[in-house]
Amino acid sequence: MNFFEVVRFSLRGLSANKLRSALTMLGILIGVAAVILLVAVGNGSAQAISDRIEALGTNTITVMSTGRGGSSSTALTKEMADALTDPELAPDVRSVSPVVSASSATMTYEGSDHAVATFVGTTPSWFSASTTPVGRGAAFSDDDVDQGRRVVVVGQTVAEELFPGVDPIDKQVTVGGALFTIVGVLAEKSSTGFNDANDTAVAPLTAVQQVLTGYGALTSIIVEAASPEKVDAAQSEVSTILDQKLDVDASSGSTPYRIQNASSLLETQTETADTFTTLLGAVAAISLLVGGIGITNIMLVTVTERTREIGIRKALGAPRRLILTQFLIEASLLSVLGGALGVAAALIGSQFEIVGVKPVIVPSSIGYAVGVSIAIGLFFGGLPAARAARLRPIDALRYE
Amino acid sequence: MTRPVLQVTGLTKIYGQGEATVHALRGVSAVVHRGDYVAIMGSSGSGKSTLMNILGALDIPTSGRYLLDGVDVSRLSDGQLALARNRLIGFIFQSFNLIPRTSAVANVELPLAYAGVRPGQRRRRAMEALDVVGLAGRADHEPNQLSGGQQQRVAVARALVTEPALLLADEPTGNLDSKSTDDVLQVFDDLSTAGRTIVIITHEDEVGARAKRLIRLVDGSIVTDQRQSPIHLPPVGAAIAHQSVADAGGHIRARRPDAGPAPVHTVGGRHPQ
Ligand SMILES: Nc1ncnc2c1ncn2[C@@H]1O[C@H](COP(=O)(O)OP(=O)(O)OP(=O)(O)O)[C@@H](O)[C@H]1O
Ligand SMILES: [Mg+2]
Repeated sequence: MNFFEVVRFSLRGLSANKLRSALTMLGILIGVAAVILLVAVGNGSAQAISDRIEALGTNTITVMSTGRGGSSSTALTKEMADALTDPELAPDVRSVSPVVSASSATMTYEGSDHAVATFVGTTPSWFSASTTPVGRGAAFSDDDVDQGRRVVVVGQTVAEELFPGVDPIDKQVTVGGALFTIVGVLAEKSSTGFNDANDTAVAPLTAVQQVLTGYGALTSIIVEAASPEKVDAAQSEVSTILDQKLDVDASSGSTPYRIQNASSLLETQTETADTFTTLLGAVAAISLLVGGIGITNIMLVTVTERTREIGIRKALGAPRRLILTQFLIEASLLSVLGGALGVAAALIGSQFEIVGVKPVIVPSSIGYAVGVSIAIGLFFGGLPAARAARLRPIDALRYE
Repeated sequence: MTRPVLQVTGLTKIYGQGEATVHALRGVSAVVHRGDYVAIMGSSGSGKSTLMNILGALDIPTSGRYLLDGVDVSRLSDGQLALARNRLIGFIFQSFNLIPRTSAVANVELPLAYAGVRPGQRRRRAMEALDVVGLAGRADHEPNQLSGGQQQRVAVARALVTEPALLLADEPTGNLDSKSTDDVLQVFDDLSTAGRTIVIITHEDEVGARAKRLIRLVDGSIVTDQRQSPIHLPPVGAAIAHQSVADAGGHIRARRPDAGPAPVHTVGGRHPQ
């Protein structure tokens, strides 16, 4: 009897027990699809987080004052920011943007007013460093900063609140009693967390200091590294210069400022996302296990009937090897087919958003899920058959 | 004389343990030569099926020796046993044992498939065997669509289809009416005439009377073993049957005596395909 014929025997065996075959396949299908989809959801949410962080700019470093340590003043000043622009001491720094920000500055236009969540005073390099491009109009120039001109670029939310249906460019608004001319509108930005990233306005540093914040300390300094790979080098150059300026004792652990970069933020966030994916994967693995138990159950229920059948086949002269081959082919056909359908179901399911997340399939999860399901199918399908094939025909026939 | 087809010495079979012990066979010894046609009779529970299962190499005795075609069955490997069951022995179960949800013709084909016969030839021979038992019209029916007697005849066809040298039949006519019984017995007579060895279990005296030799079993022991007709001549039933065959226009299905001696297969021997 050749292999092809054994396959035909197996197919006949499967079609003779359609309901059992269908149920077994369904169990495998659900297990495989669940594993692939849940892992894809975890992966998708992790990618969504990292995308959002990357949107913040992966090659920027933010320096903020902590107000502690150091022997003299702990404030960040415009001079320090200027000192960071030093091709000798800080070759990996592309641009430096000193930032002052005023929270809840009220902007008024023709009687209607709006409290801008963050009113930023900075230099033109800020737009690219913070990946906040101007959508319409133009950014202000270095000259505007030097002259302290009162021009402002507003965020989408501000534009919509104050100028519904009107082009805000070249309109004049009042902020802190001073008139500002709107020169541009920021491109729409996706928000992280609860703050509306579009509820903002950006004006030259000097103008904001004059009108809103006064000439005190800077809120932060945004440093743009030459490339994402140079972030670490730029960060150490920045801290060397700042330590010098702020008279920080190198041996004392605490500095009066804090340096943050997007990649370190990304790392912690990715860790959280990985934990989430692992958790989902565990849930999925459990569902695969439950699917496996279902298969075992179905196989065990039919073991009596199949054992009798094996007894008959042996009595008619089927050698053990042939019986085993037939039943293993049956089991693998079921699990391979069920697994393939499961993969198909998962691929279709991943086209839709699940709990607000666009699933991103992890290729290795497909291999893993299909591998495990085939192993389960072969083991639990093959084991009872192997046992029955070892029985004497008469014992197999009497099996109950 | 050549070596016997079957030779059992001191066969015992004990089922269960302790209180529930059943001595199904208590030292059975017998020799069956090639071409013999043996009927085994005895009351229910006397150990007939137990003996038959051992002869068919489906079960093993608790003690005693069993030589099949001169070979000690207890020494055969799984593969050799499979070969013997497939090529040498045709076994008819008391309880039919057809494979469920599988058509009659597929059931009959099964032993041929295990013998390596090609599908086309397999189907043809299976249909012939079904025709012999008068069930050609029911070839595509599954066992649960057949009556008890029809299932029994499918089981007979399945045992005959490989043209085994040794036919072991456990009450093959137990569920049949007298017409079907006659048909099946005539097939047996023809096989016997062709030189095949037959062992048949029966409750019916007229069935036992047609055999060449009658063994009576009581409580797991042989009480009588008598020869009813010579081993080298056709069985008594054959003559009567031939007359009726001639009358009926000759519906001869099994190999005829004038077709020469049938090929007799031995354990480990190759089937002449
Ligand atoms: N698997 C078994 N376990 C225990 N006892 C058994 C088993 N099979 C048969 N027996 C017992 O062995 C004895 C012989 O059984 P066996 O089936 O050989 O009888 P039999 O002569 O074929 O009867 P019948 O004419 O009713 O078919 C009986 O008493 C029966 O109860
Ligand atoms: Mg019996």
